[in-house]
Amino acid sequence: MKKALIILALALSASSVSFSQDKFYTKTGTIFFECTKSPLEKIEGTNNSVTCVLDSKTGNMQFAVLMKGFEFKRALMQEHFNENYVESHKFPKGEFKGQVTNNADINYGKDGEYTAKVKGKLTIHGVTKDVESTGKLSVRGGKIAANAVFQILLSDYDISIPTVVNDKISNTVNIKVDCSLEPLK
Amino acid sequence: MRITKIAFAILLLSSCCTGLQAQDEDLLSLVGGNEKPKKEFVDYAFKSSRVIMSQSLEMTRPGVMDFRILHRFGNVNKGAYEFFGLDNATMRMGFDFGITKNFMLGVGRSTNKKEFDGFLKYRLIHQSKNGGLPFSVLAVAGGTLNSLKWADTSRKNYFTSRLAYYGQLIIGSKITEGITLQLMPTVLHRNLVPTFNDPSDMFAVGAGGRIRLSNRVSFTADYYYRVNPNENDGTKNPLSVGIDIETGGHVFQIHFTNAIGMNERVFLTETTNDWAKGDIQFGFNLLRAFQIKKQKK
Repeated sequence: MKKALIILALALSASSVSFSQDKFYTKTGTIFFECTKSPLEKIEGTNNSVTCVLDSKTGNMQFAVLMKGFEFKRALMQEHFNENYVESHKFPKGEFKGQVTNNADINYGKDGEYTAKVKGKLTIHGVTKDVESTGKLSVRGGKIAANAVFQILLSDYDISIPTVVNDKISNTVNIKVDCSLEPLK
Repeated sequence: MRITKIAFAILLLSSCCTGLQAQDEDLLSLVGGNEKPKKEFVDYAFKSSRVIMSQSLEMTRPGVMDFRILHRFGNVNKGAYEFFGLDNATMRMGFDFGITKNFMLGVGRSTNKKEFDGFLKYRLIHQSKNGGLPFSVLAVAGGTLNSLKWADTSRKNYFTSRLAYYGQLIIGSKITEGITLQLMPTVLHRNLVPTFNDPSDMFAVGAGGRIRLSNRVSFTADYYYRVNPNENDGTKNPLSVGIDIETGGHVFQIHFTNAIGMNERVFLTETTNDWAKGDIQFGFNLLRAFQIKKQKK
């Protein structure tokens, strides 16, 4: 009986160390943003190589994205985005580190759609701010689709809009996150 | 009993360990999210594909048409009567097209000598960081066509006499985010030269650069040293200094120069003004980029 207990304990501890099935990740997630003010000129960019890792056990969720990886329909817009607005040579990366605050409500073992409240710190242009969003986690066949929409203000991240383009660029940025997470290892 | 305690201890320890691990873990490092950046091409060495007079290290991007209107006014030292040169203006209107990432071409026409010009520009080496070469090398080949009526109709005039060609290498580097420098060895061939003393093949070495003053404003300058100029016609080496100002979709290049011409043939062989005497002109270039084909995703 006692021996059985020890074996059980060892087995459990071993499994909890090597059992990494509770982490999910992607390196090809998508972030889309738009801050269009005038209908004449759409200002929007897409990045298709977003890294995201979700630890289903703790609810920890992290994103990383290379700012240079944002693509625009117009080359000049892309140049301005990198050179004048986010200054990607100085601040090459955008990052989010946070938690799914209602992680207990999500059953990662069972297929279904769950509402996920996410809260954490977003770093862009060298400035870190708290952000909060309510997204969706869809569990299907051991994979997770993570979607969220939220807004940030350019002024919060020290990104200023010159007066000449004030009527084209909105201070409010709509961000759409779309990641298909697969089990890590 | 002791063994039970040990078992519990192990259980506690293991659960405790994993708990700690999860709290402090940098999840991104598990998937290499924090690995060193890969080889990356260095872009945006200049705000435009020209320094002021000369071709720059930069390319017009694929699918982009760059509409360029270049103005040079008269001599600033002509005084208030000539409105400091603004009464007289020459201009060049041109279109540049970005074909691929490393290939572009452009055409233009100047009011001076009613001259057409065109060029092809190819990037042989693209500066990159984290591996690759720390400089770029580009090759430019161009030609000009003087379309003035023949000055002397009594003699036999050949169409080829209207033509001149030039070839240029541009070797340069965006040394820091703020400083770009380039050298431009150039050869210019004129089919017809004005006098016996003028070389048909003129060699020159140019230098150009920019200093970025802020995100949207930079200081630029370019200069050519001519190796074998006609010593007797009073022409000078061309020098331009200016400021690039970027607004939404336009780039304004405001500058002072002693060169009247806005193509390689004219500024190398017909720059008669002298900086030392204050014979300089005010000029500005207005550039507007149009995306005529969507960027490839």
